[in-house]
Amino acid sequence: MIGLSDYLIVAACLFSLGVIGLFLNRRNVITILMCIELILLAVNLNFVAFSHYLNDLAGQIFVFFVLTVAASEVAVGLAILVAFYRTRRSIDVDDINTLQG
Amino acid sequence: MLEAGFFYLFAGLAVLSGAGVVLVRNTMYSVLWLIFCFFNSAGLFFLLDAEFIGIVLILIYVGAVMVLFMFVIMMLEVNREKYKEMSLQYLPAGAMIAIILLIEFIGASASGVFNTETIAAVGHLGKDVNNTVEIGKILYTQYLLGFEIAAIILLVALVGAIVLTLRTRKDAKYQNMTKQVKTRREDRVRKVRLES
Repeated sequence: MIGLSDYLIVAACLFSLGVIGLFLNRRNVITILMCIELILLAVNLNFVAFSHYLNDLAGQIFVFFVLTVAASEVAVGLAILVAFYRTRRSIDVDDINTLQG
Repeated sequence: MLEAGFFYLFAGLAVLSGAGVVLVRNTMYSVLWLIFCFFNSAGLFFLLDAEFIGIVLILIYVGAVMVLFMFVIMMLEVNREKYKEMSLQYLPAGAMIAIILLIEFIGASASGVFNTETIAAVGHLGKDVNNTVEIGKILYTQYLLGFEIAAIILLVALVGAIVLTLRTRKDAKYQNMTKQVKTRREDRVRKVRLES
């Protein structure tokens, strides 16, 4: 029988992979955004697992909200990336330092 | 038994493709791995009786967000050679943080608090229960304010993305509405006497 803890372990693995990806790919902004997506996916998996095992639909509603925010974040993030690429011709994280002052 | 098999299949493939996202050098391949990861997670959602969320995950993430990623990757001419070598500079710190997090999470989830013995064993819902209907019933009543706020967030993101990427070219001709409207007849029309 698959229990709640099994789903939590899968989500923990996905979350840790996302975190390690954030550190490993410090150069490419697109990969960093994808790692954030992976982390949010792990959170969503936790929400749905708890929602199922506690028999409460509120968890799925929250997944809905998380999806909304994640989609907005990706849209704005990629738009910033495109705008940055137009001025700098690069998407390196190391080049994003004009706001350093 | 069948459910356990599908769980291990989806979970294993999801974790595997998650590792693919992180480890693959080419950004395009990593987008494809992430799409695969989303499909497998949608499978896990289906196993958890969350059909609506699973479908939404596929439709929104694979259909919209990942396609947006692909467009951006194809639009930007990224110097690919630069990203070939893995930057191992931050690997020790990152690996340490990730492994500590993993141990903590697994320790917490396997500690017995979330066991099926403490939580009453839940079977699957009946065939007559429609997940989408149930979600709609509470989303439009109890969580209506959150729903509206989510809609506004999406609108703001939409406008923001358009404004950020909007670019006016210097050499292109644009319609100037104010100028058009303010134009009087006297500015344009001139009477010419024709010698006949």
